[in-house]
Amino acid sequence: MTSRPMMPGVVVIGAGQAGGRAIEALRGHGFQGPITLIGSEPHLPYERPALSKEMLLDTASETIAWVRPADWYAAENVRLLLGATATSIDRDARAVSLNNGTVVFYDTLILATGASPRALPVPGGDHPRCHTIRTLEDSRSLRTHFVPGARIVVVGAGFIGLEAAAAATSHGCAVTVLEAGSRVMARGVPPRISSLYAALHRSHGVELHFGVGITAITGPENAPVVECADGTSIPADAIVVGIGVVPEDGLAVACGLAVDGGIVVDEHGRTTDPAIYAAGDVTRHYNPLFGLSLRLESWQNAQNQAIAIARNIAGQNIVYAEVPWFWSDQYGVNMQITGLPTPGATTIERGDIDGFNGLLLEMTGNRLVCAIGLNATRDLRFAKQIISLGVDVDPAKLADPGVKLADLLRELKSR
Amino acid sequence: MTDQPAGSRLVALCDVAEVTEDTPAQVDHDGEVYAVFAHDGAYYVTQDLCTHGPGNLSEGYVEGCEVECPFHQGKFNFITGAPTAPPCTDALRVWAVTVQDGKICIDPAQA
Ligand SMILES: Cc1cc2nc3c(=O)[nH]c(=O)nc-3n(C[C@H](O)[C@H](O)[C@H](O)COP(=O)(O)OP(=O)(O)OC[C@H]3O[C@@H](n4cnc5c(N)ncnc54)[C@H](O)[C@@H]3O)c2cc1C
Ligand code: FES
Repeated sequence: MTSRPMMPGVVVIGAGQAGGRAIEALRGHGFQGPITLIGSEPHLPYERPALSKEMLLDTASETIAWVRPADWYAAENVRLLLGATATSIDRDARAVSLNNGTVVFYDTLILATGASPRALPVPGGDHPRCHTIRTLEDSRSLRTHFVPGARIVVVGAGFIGLEAAAAATSHGCAVTVLEAGSRVMARGVPPRISSLYAALHRSHGVELHFGVGITAITGPENAPVVECADGTSIPADAIVVGIGVVPEDGLAVACGLAVDGGIVVDEHGRTTDPAIYAAGDVTRHYNPLFGLSLRLESWQNAQNQAIAIARNIAGQNIVYAEVPWFWSDQYGVNMQITGLPTPGATTIERGDIDGFNGLLLEMTGNRLVCAIGLNATRDLRFAKQIISLGVDVDPAKLADPGVKLADLLRELKSR
Repeated sequence: MTDQPAGSRLVALCDVAEVTEDTPAQVDHDGEVYAVFAHDGAYYVTQDLCTHGPGNLSEGYVEGCEVECPFHQGKFNFITGAPTAPPCTDALRVWAVTVQDGKICIDPAQA
């Protein structure tokens, strides 16, 4: 084993969005020590949302938002170990071993290993035409099948599957979506929005089936067939599997950190080892705004939790406490969700929800807890601030498009 | 525009009345989309499209001389165009404003 340098500095495992933003913020907030970035993918950190949106809609070009261009890492003196996977963490020696035999020492370690798509847990689930979407390569290979007339079967009516379905129809594919549950995006939106989106997909020619169990994927390499529990067989040219992700918390489990469906971190982003922080999809973090532990799979969380921990490592004392925010783009409709979707909440509609232009607001009592905006970015921004104030608000005013949310927010703030 | 000094080609984007501090204006002129901001009695013009992605800054949330992109909440100083909060890293193009007869004018060639 190589010997420990005098000041090994910060080591980041995972060169995704959170890893990249953490490094940007370390340098931005004055951390001048050594930084090493270890990433399994051959790429510099990039943002993933375009993989199921722009990349699939415009298959002739590549729209990728890189966290920073390559020359930035060189200028900021960041040591890059890309295409290398961390295989174990020795907390006593404060050392990380990589699959290529390298050992990297740290003073402070950041775990930003993200999450991996769940494979279809049936025989044939590893069929070469089964595609999940997590990496640039995943998106590149899926979109080669988005040609007119191609039969695309999407398994799972979550955000990513539906975005892929929307993109596939725009290329003239015949799209079938199979969902085990009873409505679309059930984890993220209330039934009112689910039915609106189900109708939207159907109006674009998508075949949408609920309550479908899948028993196997059969067929030769270039002609997969989806076998359903009710006996139906659906031939496809490509299958998109969007049935959720699992946090990449194996390294943390193996070295004895607390893990509970995600690496447990406090509101400062610290794990149960003070030398180790974690950020992004892989974490379950305590959010003091809600008094709850949350595991989020979102762009906002990957960026802002990473920035908060970087500032803490740089010597500040930052509590990460944000109102969650997420978005999805389907058929040119921009949906944004902020707050925590709350089953059983009463709902208020502001604007024209059926016309995809308004806000659906969830209230518990007189508190706004969640807002879903359809093509309503400006109003949603104000709703997010009203949620974070955590004060009572008159539902009648929220529902009245004549009352500007900017004015309402100002009134609530001055109380 | 015969009454303009040589070399300057001012075009009117909108009336000052169309812009408030809370609500910037979006103006499409000759294939370029602009965002027009008001702050402390003065007006500022930037490109409308965020340098990070699909956000329209005229739809953004304004606080002081900063606009927050409605898409991912990156921020810019709309006076200088400089990015001030992640994920934005590239500056906006900005145009010098002249107010004439209650209209907000710029020279499109002078970004
Ligand atoms: C197709 C798609 C669309 C999305 N759309 C949206 C959206 O519209 N809105 C939204 O809010 N969010 C969206 N998300 C979610 C968002 O992209 C994620 O929340 C975000 O990428 C999480 O960032 P992360 O850095 O935590 O993890 P990741 O970006 O997954 O990065 C983790 C990195 O760590 C690497 N890694 C893992 N283990 C190791 C190891 N042992 N050694 C070395 N490297 C390792 C991985 O290879 C990966 O590169 C989308 C995600 C996907 C996949
Ligand atoms: S599009 Fe403006 S911050 Fe991303």
